[in-house]
Amino acid sequence: MMPYLDEAFGNPSCLHSWGDVAREAMEDARAQVAQLIGANAEEIIFTSSGTESNNLAVKGLALAQQNKGKHVVVSAIEHFSVLHSARTLEKWGFEISLVPVDRDGVVNPEDVRKNLRKDTVLVSIMHASSEVGTIEPISEIAKVTKERGVVFHTDAVATVGTVPLKVKELGVDALSLAGNQFYGPKGAGALWVRRGVRIIPLLDGGVQEGGRRAGTENIPAIVGLGKAAKLAKANMATRMEHLTYLRDRLLTELPVKIDHVAVTGHQSNRLPGNVSFCVEFIEGEAMLMLLDSQGVAVTSGSACTSMALKASHVLIAMGISHELAQGSILFSFGLDNTAEDVDYVLEVMPPIVDRLRQMSPLYAKFIKSSKGGK
Amino acid sequence: MPVYSDKVMEYFTNPRNVGEIENPDGVGEVGNPVCGDMMTFYIKVKDNRLDDVKFKTFGCGAAIAVSSMVSEMAKGKTLEEALEITPRLVADELEGLPKQKLHCSNLGAQALHKAIQDYLSKKKEVQNNGS
Repeated sequence: MMPYLDEAFGNPSCLHSWGDVAREAMEDARAQVAQLIGANAEEIIFTSSGTESNNLAVKGLALAQQNKGKHVVVSAIEHFSVLHSARTLEKWGFEISLVPVDRDGVVNPEDVRKNLRKDTVLVSIMHASSEVGTIEPISEIAKVTKERGVVFHTDAVATVGTVPLKVKELGVDALSLAGNQFYGPKGAGALWVRRGVRIIPLLDGGVQEGGRRAGTENIPAIVGLGKAAKLAKANMATRMEHLTYLRDRLLTELPVKIDHVAVTGHQSNRLPGNVSFCVEFIEGEAMLMLLDSQGVAVTSGSACTSMALKASHVLIAMGISHELAQGSILFSFGLDNTAEDVDYVLEVMPPIVDRLRQMSPLYAKFIKSSKGGK
Repeated sequence: MPVYSDKVMEYFTNPRNVGEIENPDGVGEVGNPVCGDMMTFYIKVKDNRLDDVKFKTFGCGAAIAVSSMVSEMAKGKTLEEALEITPRLVADELEGLPKQKLHCSNLGAQALHKAIQDYLSKKKEVQNNGS
């Protein structure tokens, strides 16, 4: 990336030789990203982020087909960049249907079928939730959309670069990805759109990215994204093995150490580095802060953790009560994590949970009622 | 993580007066787990003063720090003085709270006041029955 912030500063749209250097670097990156997902390079549109890719896909694919119909189907657990794009479409006269998920966060392809109408022009279902880790049956859903001739987009930001995938095998028409999910730089994402599928650009201007996304490209970030894609493809199997081992250890051993803990998301069909729980009777932010003071960085879907003061829509859509969702906690393992890190969490977390439960009126009530029941 | 003052972090990590009082003179419970915070205050009253104050809280770092601060501010005060503890005063004592956490300080003061009111209404009942 560094040379493209320094001597190779050319604009890829310029015809002079500095422009050539930047353009070649960008096209190499495009090929690297395409190879990672089994696509053709010219089908890749570089964007600024996964969020932009999802906005472009949901709005751009729906707008391109509005003469055919104005109905769009998304799942209830989509990222806000999909859900809020759908809400915007609603303001523009589209109708939106939300497909539910089961307790494990899985979308049933039959529920997608039930929501399809004559005027449905787009289905957007995420490949996996980074919040609860569940991987969705995208190729099964694609069979349904293909039967009905409906364009199918998947937000694969959580999976591209982490688990092996080929766009042809998934059977989708468009797919979003972001480099920062697999050790690329922030500020570079991409949208893959199958050749022949029409999309309306959100940014008007020049003819960059095949006229589908105007604006001078962020060359250093794109080069970084390409390199990250190349490394992810080369090291996918060993990375997965490492992350799956850490995940399964924490997933199975933490509930042994701590009572009244529920795993959220699918037990086995989940992202390799994702471990998510709801801990009963206590609140996520308090847990997060005490773990942070012990050097453990986690996230939570509790209302108190969010700026909006609302519990995670993903957990609520899975049928988890607001009360239990408050105790949400998410561990995302990275390549630098080790088995010792799992041991460390297993050692420091039980006293933290215990300490917060000793303060919790809910826990006191639970103890009293369970004693009374005996 | 929200940016908390050092004082909030101190009262969250080393909370004062956590627990329950056996046979309390008053109990005040506010909030619910759905909104994210729930606090229960227990008080013991002697000669019109808060002889002991304890609490239990389900909630975020701010909610725990607020409960802890309220309990400390209230202890030893007369009931009238304790009823004058406002959310603003609690937040000031904690050297400020992030904007989206200000409601936590409301809950803390409310729970204490509710416990005092619980005590006062019980006392009234006893007096009425006695006369």
